[in-house]
Amino acid sequence: MQNQTPVPDAKAFETQTLTGRASADAVAEDSIPVVPLKHPVRLVLAVVLIMVALSAAWDVAVNQRYHWDVVLSYLFAPQILAGAGLTIVLTVVSMSVGIALGTVLAIMRLSANPILSTISRGYIWFFRGTPLLVQLIFWYNIAALYPVIAFGLPFGGPSMILGSANVLITPLGAALLGLSLNEAAYMAEIIRGGIGSVDKGQYDAARALGMSGGKLMNRVILPQAMRVVLPPTGNQVISMLKGTSLVSVLAISDLLYSAQIIYANNYQTIPLLIVASLWYLLMTTVLSFFQNKLERRYGRGFDSAPRRSRKSKTRTA
Amino acid sequence: MTTAMVEARGVRKNFGVIEILKGIDLRVEKGSVTCLIGPSGSGKTTFLRCINHLEKVAAGRLYVNEHLVGYAERNGKLYEMKERQTARSRLNAGMVFQRFNLFPHMTVLENIIEAPVHVLGRPRKEVVVEAQALLDRVGLGDRGSSYPQELSGGQQQRIAIARALAMKPQLMLFDEPTSALDPELVGEVLDVMKALAEAGMTMVVVTHELGFARQVADQVIFMDGGVVVESGPPEEVLDNPQQERTKAFLSKVL
Ligand SMILES: Nc1ncnc2c1ncn2[C@@H]1O[C@H](COP(=O)(O)OP(=O)(O)OP(=O)(O)O)[C@@H](O)[C@H]1O
Ligand SMILES: [Mg+2]
Repeated sequence: MQNQTPVPDAKAFETQTLTGRASADAVAEDSIPVVPLKHPVRLVLAVVLIMVALSAAWDVAVNQRYHWDVVLSYLFAPQILAGAGLTIVLTVVSMSVGIALGTVLAIMRLSANPILSTISRGYIWFFRGTPLLVQLIFWYNIAALYPVIAFGLPFGGPSMILGSANVLITPLGAALLGLSLNEAAYMAEIIRGGIGSVDKGQYDAARALGMSGGKLMNRVILPQAMRVVLPPTGNQVISMLKGTSLVSVLAISDLLYSAQIIYANNYQTIPLLIVASLWYLLMTTVLSFFQNKLERRYGRGFDSAPRRSRKSKTRTA
Repeated sequence: MTTAMVEARGVRKNFGVIEILKGIDLRVEKGSVTCLIGPSGSGKTTFLRCINHLEKVAAGRLYVNEHLVGYAERNGKLYEMKERQTARSRLNAGMVFQRFNLFPHMTVLENIIEAPVHVLGRPRKEVVVEAQALLDRVGLGDRGSSYPQELSGGQQQRIAIARALAMKPQLMLFDEPTSALDPELVGEVLDVMKALAEAGMTMVVVTHELGFARQVADQVIFMDGGVVVESGPPEEVLDNPQQERTKAFLSKVL
């Protein structure tokens, strides 16, 4: 449970600490000179890979057929910027609703009440089991199934009519509905895993201190679950960001659809796809940056060797 | 006879078809120290958890400070309490666990002030001052800003004691507080507990530290197979046991 900080390159890590320890011992025991282990194969491989990457980059840069001039001229085109804005809105709204609803579904799923957990299980089963594209088209065409949307008692009881489905469910509304409800199913499973990773003793300790219900969840369990929930959630946000491009089937001018409209007119397909990709790359880079910050924030108290502890250890020693 | 802090009459508890507690009768006087001893699986932890209603009692009556635990008695019927009420009633007792169970995402100070501030709703400033005094009392006055993981087991357990004390409980429950510790760290935790006993705290301690029991306990209770086999002052139960099962257990432990 404790040592979950990922080690990016386990081998490098190993050799580092080993040589570190070896040299420390060497100093202690009459300073025997230490020759660090060499990795010739690794070195050659690295050089080859760097060469391949550089030459590929060079080719891309000088190849006239990429039309970098076109890329540059459309990079900040108003339609592209508007499309990028809409993509951000779709992502932020769907993710927020998805996370909120997913949390509720996860808690329901873990509930001792069999009705609640079955409802949650059914929801997750359905929304993960059907293609997102189908769900989007379904919401878009909901007016065909339910011409009028009303609020009322079930089984034909009295109800309050809210309006025509065609008016209420705009293409953007259908997109947000489809993306959010689908995302909630995935987030529910991620959050359930996070909650499940928290030690049972934490519930006992919190209860013994008089906590219950929401307070116990919000103050003790969920902050600890965050550590496990964040990395896969980061993945979800990034796939959502790119997945929003599916809504182009509902004729919503998100980033990709805006690029498509432009190249449908000027036939500069590749340059415009590059423009869109550059924006997607920029957005995912920014997201990864924030993900890192959040992971550090919620990893506090769990790091295997936090700077803070080293300081305090020397102080007490 | 003074009024009891804990009184159990025929307390039973089962997990599924297996009955773990088969009718526990005992009394813990206010201001006294009771040590619960017994072989593994005899139901010591389960009984301690019942006192705090972390487990529901299946039959019998369990009173803490003269209040029935987890139920309200009206018109000859027992009504199960709502979760919130149960949580309130737990405030009488502080609990210390074998595995410390500190909140790893909070600093030591945050661990201690968490419940007074967020459960009792007391002003943070005032609680921080008290928390600092508690930290000094358990000998860790300079560790308030550390995270639990940065502390040794003995230090963590002393923080856990301070965290429970911050709620000003009338009763402290300890479930094998030293058995997850390296031998050289046991003493520091027992010292804190001794000081607490001397200050007059009512304590129920599940322990294998018979030396501690002999020195501090007013009453030792030997449990086996879900019943109280023998109880009395330590010099009787530990040094002159009457029951065969007690004798057998003590000869194995000593
Ligand atoms: N939540 C539970 N569900 C099912 N069985 C349980 C549960 N908790 C405890 N038990 C069982 O109840 C019995 C008594 O457990 P308990 O933890 O009270 O014993 P103990 O006297 O504290 O033992 P130890 O000295 O090993 O801590 C054990 O056989 C255990 O397997
Ligand atoms: Mg136990």
